[in-house]
Amino acid sequence: MAYHSIVCVKQVPDTANITAEAMKDDGTVNRAALPAIFNPEDLNALETALEIRERAGGQVTVLTMGPPKAADVLRDCLFRGADRAILLTDRRAAASDTLATSYILAQAIKTIGSVYGKYDFVFCGRQAIDGDTAQVGPQCAEKLDLPQITYLEQVVRLTGDTVVIKRNVGHGWEIVEARLPVLVTVTGTANFPRPPAAKKVMLNKRARVEAELANEVKQAMPDATDAVRSAEVARRAEDLRSRGLLIEQWDLDRIGAELDRCGLSGSPTKVYRVQSIVLTKSGYKEIPPTEAGIRQLIQELVVDRTLG
Amino acid sequence: MGAPGKVKADTMIRVNRQGEVWVFAEQEDGKLNEVSLELCGKARKLGDQLGVPVAAVLPGYDVRPLSRRLIAHGVDKVYSVNDEKLRHYQTNSYCKVLAELAKKYEPQIVLFGATHLGRDLAPRVASTVRAGMTADCTDLQIKDVTDAKTKEVHPNLLLQIRPAFGGNIVATIVNYDMWPQMATVREGVMPMSEPDPKRTGEIIDEQVKLEAKDVPLKLIERHVEERKVNLKGARVIVAGGGGVGSKDNFKLIHELAGAIGGAVGASRAAVDGGFISKDHQVGQTGTTVRPALYVACGISGAVQHRAGMEESAKIIAINSDPNAPIFSVAHYGIVGDLNKVLPLMTKSLRERPQAAEGETAGA
Repeated sequence: MAYHSIVCVKQVPDTANITAEAMKDDGTVNRAALPAIFNPEDLNALETALEIRERAGGQVTVLTMGPPKAADVLRDCLFRGADRAILLTDRRAAASDTLATSYILAQAIKTIGSVYGKYDFVFCGRQAIDGDTAQVGPQCAEKLDLPQITYLEQVVRLTGDTVVIKRNVGHGWEIVEARLPVLVTVTGTANFPRPPAAKKVMLNKRARVEAELANEVKQAMPDATDAVRSAEVARRAEDLRSRGLLIEQWDLDRIGAELDRCGLSGSPTKVYRVQSIVLTKSGYKEIPPTEAGIRQLIQELVVDRTLG
Repeated sequence: MGAPGKVKADTMIRVNRQGEVWVFAEQEDGKLNEVSLELCGKARKLGDQLGVPVAAVLPGYDVRPLSRRLIAHGVDKVYSVNDEKLRHYQTNSYCKVLAELAKKYEPQIVLFGATHLGRDLAPRVASTVRAGMTADCTDLQIKDVTDAKTKEVHPNLLLQIRPAFGGNIVATIVNYDMWPQMATVREGVMPMSEPDPKRTGEIIDEQVKLEAKDVPLKLIERHVEERKVNLKGARVIVAGGGGVGSKDNFKLIHELAGAIGGAVGASRAAVDGGFISKDHQVGQTGTTVRPALYVACGISGAVQHRAGMEESAKIIAINSDPNAPIFSVAHYGIVGDLNKVLPLMTKSLRERPQAAEGETAGA
C-alpha cells in the first residue's frame, strides 16, 4: 500500500545559536541578524515521511506558511526528496497565533487532500524553536478531526491502514496503534534527517514560487511598467511549470479560509508586552585554572558554607 | 469592557467574569502529578484575587479518592469524571471531558501542567472550544489591561508570562474575549503550598458520554520510570555541556559530581550529543533548578540553558572560551581546559578541609 504524507514545515530564526554578532549593545537580541533556518524538528518530521515512502511507496507533500522567503525551506525539502511543495502566503495571515495558524494549515491540508488525493499521515515537528509552543500540531489534528500521536520516537509497524508508533511520554515511552489517517508530531531524537542529495539539488535549485519570480523581475526590470513585469513573471512561471519547477503558491482564498478566523482577528492571544532578556555583565571572580587557584576557590566555598 | 455574554460561534464559550479558576488534575496510574498540586496553590491565589471559586477537573478511572489531596492543596471543588475509558490517558477522550465540562460551567481560567501530557492535551482542548492558549508559562498574574488600539479596558485579565524566542525574550500574553483563558504552566516554577488536611471541599461527580471514536488509539505497551534524577531537589549540581566533547569524557562530570556530593546535569548540547540521557537536562526544555551551587562545565550558556539555572545561589563556570555567555551569570569563572581543570577540582574536593578547619584556615 502506498501512503500519502503531508509534512508541515516552518522557517524560523535561529534562536538556538545566538552569536555575539546577534547581540545589540544594550544586551538584547538583534532579531534581524539571526539567520533563517529550517525548524530542526520539522526535518525529523520530513525524514519520517520520506522513510515511509521508501519502505511502502507513495508520495510526500510539504506545506509551509510564511512570507515568500519561506520558499527556502520548501526547496530544501525538494533537495531532500519531497515530491511536491506548497507555500501558503498571504498578508492577511500575518500575526496569526497558534489557533489561527492551525486553522489555516488545516484548511490547506484539506485542500491538498482534494487536489492531490486523500492523505494518510500529517507530520509536524514537535515544536518550532521561535515560539516553543508545540500547539500547532495538536490544534491542526483537532480541526481535521484526526487522532493525534505526539512525540513520535519510532514507527514500529505500518500495515494496511494501521500504524504502530512508539512515542515519548517524558519519563518513559508507550506504543500505540492507530487507524489512518493520523496526525503525528515528531521529536528531534526520532531519526537522523538525511542531507540534501546533490542530484536533487541540481534538479531543483531553480525551483521558485511566483512571489519570488515577481521580486526577481522587479530587480531585473526596474524601469518596466507593471503590465510588462507581470507578463514577464507569467512567462517565467510558465517556463518553470513546464519543467516541473514551479512551487505552488496558495493564498487564503485558494484554501477557502474564513478571513475572521485568520490573522489578528482569528487569534485569541495578544502579546501585551515583550521584554528582552538583557545579558548583564555583572562581572565574576576569575579563578586561574591552576591547582592553587582551584584549592583557593574550594576553600572559599567551604568557608561560606556553600560546600559542607 | 468586553461585552459579557458575547458568543462568536457555537463552539465558543462566553466571557464569564464569574467563572471559576480551573486546574486540570493530571494523574497517571492513580498518581497525581506534582505540578497539578503546584497549580492548585496558584489557582487558589488567582481565585481569591478574582473572588471566584477554584476547582480541579479530575478525569480517570477509580481516582476519585485523589480529590482529597487536591482540596487540601487549595481547591474548593473537584469535578470527578470516572469512566473505564479514561483508565489510560488518551488525547481525544480527555479532550472531550475537558471541553464538555468547560462548555457546561464556563470557567474563566483553565490551567494545565506543561508536562508531555498537558502539552498534548491543552492545545487540543483550546482548539475544540476555540479559546486562546499559551504554552509553558513561568508566571501568571491578574491585571486590568487596556487594549492599545481600541483603548478598551479589560478588567482582571490573566497575564500569561512566558519565555519565547528561544528564551531571549519574556512575553506577556493576554486573551481579551475568546475565553476561557488557558495556559500550560512549567513544572516546578509555582511553589507548592503546604497541604491543609482540614480543608473541606465539594466533590461533584460528572459524566461525559464517551464512545468508541473518542478512544481511537489502542495502547499496546507502556514503560514509565519514576524520575530517577532528582535535579530539582539537588543542593549541588555539576552540569556538562557540548564542550565536554564525548560520552566517554563525560565521566569527568560524574566524578566531580561524586566528589562534591552533587547531581549530574547537562545542557541540551550534551543530551543531543548522546553524552547523557534527557532527564539530566537543565534549561528551558529540561528542568529548572536553583541549587546552592551550580558548576557549569563546557556549557556555552545558551539562553535556554541559563533560563533554567541562573537563579542558583552560586554559579561556577568553567569554559575554554572566555567569551562564552555562561560567564555573564557566573559568580566564579575559570577559563581553561576541562580535561585539566575538572580532575584538579575533583582532587581538591576529595582532599578538602572540613568546614571548621576551613574557617580557621580562612581566618
